Amino acid sequence: MEFQGKSWKFGADVDTDAIIPARYLNTSDPAELALHCMEDADPDFPKKVSQGDVIVAEKNFGCGSSREHAPICIKAAGVSCVIAKSFARIFYRNAFNIGLPILESPDAVDGITEGDEVKVDVDNGVIYNVTTGKSFKSTAIPPFMQELIDAGGLINYVRGRMNR
Amino acid sequence: MGMTITEKILAAHAGKDRVEPGELINARVDVVLGNDITAPVAIKEFEKIGVPDVFDKEKVVLIPDHFTPNKDIKSAEQAKMLREFAKKHSLTNYFEVGRMGIEHCLLPEQGIVLPGDVVIGADSHTCTYGALGAFSTGVGSTDMAAGMAAGEVWFKVPESIKFVFNGEKLPEWVGGKDLILYAIGDIGVDGALYEAMEFTGPAIRNLSMDGRFTMANMAIEAGGKNGIIAPDQTTVDYVESRAKRPYKIYNSDDDAKYERVIEYDVADIEPQVAFPHLPENTKPISEVGTVEIDQAVIGSCTNGRMEDLRLAAKVLQGHEVHPDVRLVIFPGTQTIYKQAMKEGLFEIFVDAGAAVSTPTCGPCLGGHMGILAKGERAIATTNRNFVGRMGHPESEVYLSNPAVAAASAILGRIAGPEEVE
Ligand code: SF4
Repeated sequence: MEFQGKSWKFGADVDTDAIIPARYLNTSDPAELALHCMEDADPDFPKKVSQGDVIVAEKNFGCGSSREHAPICIKAAGVSCVIAKSFARIFYRNAFNIGLPILESPDAVDGITEGDEVKVDVDNGVIYNVTTGKSFKSTAIPPFMQELIDAGGLINYVRGRMNR
Repeated sequence: MGMTITEKILAAHAGKDRVEPGELINARVDVVLGNDITAPVAIKEFEKIGVPDVFDKEKVVLIPDHFTPNKDIKSAEQAKMLREFAKKHSLTNYFEVGRMGIEHCLLPEQGIVLPGDVVIGADSHTCTYGALGAFSTGVGSTDMAAGMAAGEVWFKVPESIKFVFNGEKLPEWVGGKDLILYAIGDIGVDGALYEAMEFTGPAIRNLSMDGRFTMANMAIEAGGKNGIIAPDQTTVDYVESRAKRPYKIYNSDDDAKYERVIEYDVADIEPQVAFPHLPENTKPISEVGTVEIDQAVIGSCTNGRMEDLRLAAKVLQGHEVHPDVRLVIFPGTQTIYKQAMKEGLFEIFVDAGAAVSTPTCGPCLGGHMGILAKGERAIATTNRNFVGRMGHPESEVYLSNPAVAAASAILGRIAGPEEVE
């Protein structure tokens, strides 16, 4: 999987309430949720973001609630991938389960300025800053997670196991 | 090499003699939980798996508690999905409005979760049940769907951090909330990322079950995978009358391996207040200064239990809520509601000028029943003070124990209970 897009930078400890505030959780429709993606961190984000863009954040991205609406709305807003110094664990798990690519790379986060064009090779964990010409490695995805991705997410994986 | 309580429970549920931190396992689950926000997504995913039934109709628990009693039409539709799914699959543990409670107060109270269990819930505060000596953790809706179908779930075995709370007696007005806020203030909101937080020490042994639930509840606020307290007589006394099936007590071995051991002396701990917008921004009450408030909220899965309501009543008795403050009180379950009524606590609350609600998550997540306007400030006994958590993105939430919240409601500014005459 390869993606290229413009980067949007966020700080540390971006919580799930900032990603998708609870006041919008009376629906689970991805398109509707996408209209409010990252709204409490940056009110203009839903308007500014375009298909393929990349979110780049400091440590502990996605902390807080277990709402899968968080990775769902990011994916539905067109974001191709999230790069952070670290992820909160439920968000990390949810992102893999629903097929939103996420990569941990402190170097890449420090080496990307908002607006830089970024190319991401998810399979090899390589992040290339097209604007500056620098490239970075991300932490390897555990083999089991790779299996989940290959199966097309957790539901397909479980369906495969249960119908075996 | 010995094992921690977390490792032992996971090993037993994975059919193994031992597990090591970092190992990926498939574990059998004893309870799979969802609510009116997360279960609708899970139900849709469950249907894609294509199995006719849930793995066990007694072990899938659905509780409409977040936007209920239904706050609007969309919420009503979500709650309806739960109701219909519960009926279709003949779920034993579906709790309707009027019989329900906030999930993390209700499950232990009803004896649905027991020591030694593995529990997943599509709600991050599922970690609450660690107070019973269970391994219990929050997951997303897709994990919930997979758990409902297969009765098992994958985990990475976490490393454990041991927190030792020394000192026999807690200082006055200090409770489980203050101990956990103090620890989060110390290690930070990602201080226990991916790890098990094991709470031990003489002060924990002397803590009531209610205080222990409060502590385990907030493990996620330090990024923890689970919080856990080894069962003792207090635990057994609590579960004995509630358990309808056998349970198993696990303890950490003396030579178990911990990633870190952190020791505190409870004599150093004052009532804590977490300032906006992260639970790690804690200050002892003596250093808070003057912070005026518009609203006080007492309740939630963190502090909506009997002990919390009694504490609030003790402070509020014979006082009135400050004219510029709204005090909203949320008992955790119907059983707690009834008990509080019997003990005359509601009379104290209403005489003081407080609004008492039916059990619901309500304002805790900015759902309904006490939303903040732009620029407003609240003190709350809940667990999160993120931007916009209780309403407008430019409102503020401060976290505290119930005694501090009650005293603040009376004085109109954040204050300790000893300031109330
Ligand atoms: S009371 Fe608050 S923290 Fe607890 S389950 Fe409800 S919304 Fe979540």
